[in-house]
Amino acid sequence: MIRCSLSHVQLEHFTVRRGRETLVEDVSLSLCCGQLTALIGSNGAGKTTLIRALLGEIPYQGRLSYLDHEGKPMRRPRIGYVPQQLDFDRSIPMTVTDFLLAARTRTPVWLARPASAARQVQALLNQMDVGELGGRKLGELSGGELQRVLLALALDPMPDLLILDEPVSGVDIRGLDMFYQRLDELRQAHHLTILLVTHDMAMVRRYADQVALIRRRLLALGPADEVFNHPAYRSVFEGAQA
Amino acid sequence: MNVIYAILDTLLPFDMFRFTFMKNALLALLLIAPLLGLLGTMAVNNRMAYFSDALGHSALTGIAIGVLLGMENQLICMVAFGILMAVVISRVKAAGSSSTDTVISVFSSLAMALGLVILSRGGGFARYSSYLVGDILAITPADLGLLALTLAAVLVLWIVLFNPLLLTSVNPSLAASRGARVKWVEMAFIVAVAVVVMLSIQWVGILMINALLILPAASARNVARSARQYTLLSLAFSLFSGLLGLVLSYLWDVSAGPMIVLILGCIFAVTYLIKARSRVSRAA
Repeated sequence: MIRCSLSHVQLEHFTVRRGRETLVEDVSLSLCCGQLTALIGSNGAGKTTLIRALLGEIPYQGRLSYLDHEGKPMRRPRIGYVPQQLDFDRSIPMTVTDFLLAARTRTPVWLARPASAARQVQALLNQMDVGELGGRKLGELSGGELQRVLLALALDPMPDLLILDEPVSGVDIRGLDMFYQRLDELRQAHHLTILLVTHDMAMVRRYADQVALIRRRLLALGPADEVFNHPAYRSVFEGAQA
Repeated sequence: MNVIYAILDTLLPFDMFRFTFMKNALLALLLIAPLLGLLGTMAVNNRMAYFSDALGHSALTGIAIGVLLGMENQLICMVAFGILMAVVISRVKAAGSSSTDTVISVFSSLAMALGLVILSRGGGFARYSSYLVGDILAITPADLGLLALTLAAVLVLWIVLFNPLLLTSVNPSLAASRGARVKWVEMAFIVAVAVVVMLSIQWVGILMINALLILPAASARNVARSARQYTLLSLAFSLFSGLLGLVLSYLWDVSAGPMIVLILGCIFAVTYLIKARSRVSRAA
């Protein structure tokens, strides 16, 4: 059996404030190695804020610890991140290879392109079946292509924690199914810890080991069936289909 | 300095470059053009055209504070005030309470008005009007040394910061997940823009500085596909227009800054047409 170095990620009384506003309040939960945790909630519930705080982009209060199998804190956990369908300036002159190299190497991409790094980037794209995209402009990719490039990047190097923020909005049904299947294979093969933000409850029911429902605070936590039958779920998704 | 002049004499045996002030101006452009050409690429990527314009305007207040303090050379005040302005605007922007262009516009107008109020005391603004269009022919070897040092510093910055800046311009959270310290990276960049804008203003003018920062990169964006092409084309357009602008301004006896901007405008128009044509041919 493969032993991942991370055992679990623990959030205790996790709180995020902006000015006087509390965006995420007193959330405590545990993400376990090899498990997919789905983070659900209505728009503006604080899902993306929680992720940005996990990434260290905005400050938080409370405790966040990455623990190994002996229960000791890990020094530098690797985090892979696939952002929401990217809202970026699509006219930025930058190829897919530029983008991946900028994320992986220190050599400035305007100055030089080390051959070994370029080969690794090509291998990364091949792995995700998008080997032909290297020379394309990042802004010209379709939703599905972009999302695969982003997943390829998030998985390199193989992260301890993989965070996906609505990774498949704007992708067709076939692409969606392929994406989740690929994710499930990876989770099993590498014992990945995955935190997934999504609105797709059918996929949550199928793939999530644990579901966390938040609206600023944690309203419900547990297996999908339990959370979907929780009164808080109905009050949040009134009229929405589970 | 004499060695450099001798080299220029050999390389450029033209009448106009017999004069030392023309040699100095030429060297100044060889330093200022790459500075603005490089920084412009990321300023355009991060939609900062309006921000840098406001920075330029705030130079007036920097000068005014220097005058009030009785300083011979107001450069230190300009740079300090520019950095302060850049940091404050970006903080207010990050707080996100009102729309970015409104915030920038408020700061820009205030900084300009305050500068004008102080400098026009007793009807003396005419003395400072040279800051509006700049005078590259007045540059001295000491000023050139300062610009050369700045260029060296910006080149180092561009080697260290380029990749994280590029990632940040796509998605800050993604950059953070790859270990970039997004806030510091952005801060270092805007401080660099503030310093370079303030150091160049005396030579190219408050009214022209922003065009010199934004137009080379905007033109390069029309035709470049990769980050490398983008950077190199922006540098090339910046240098080409700078040198041609200097030569034409000498021949026609006009101010250099505006002449350079006109040439950049033409380059932008040509690259824009190329882009439009390639779109049409791809669609066909």
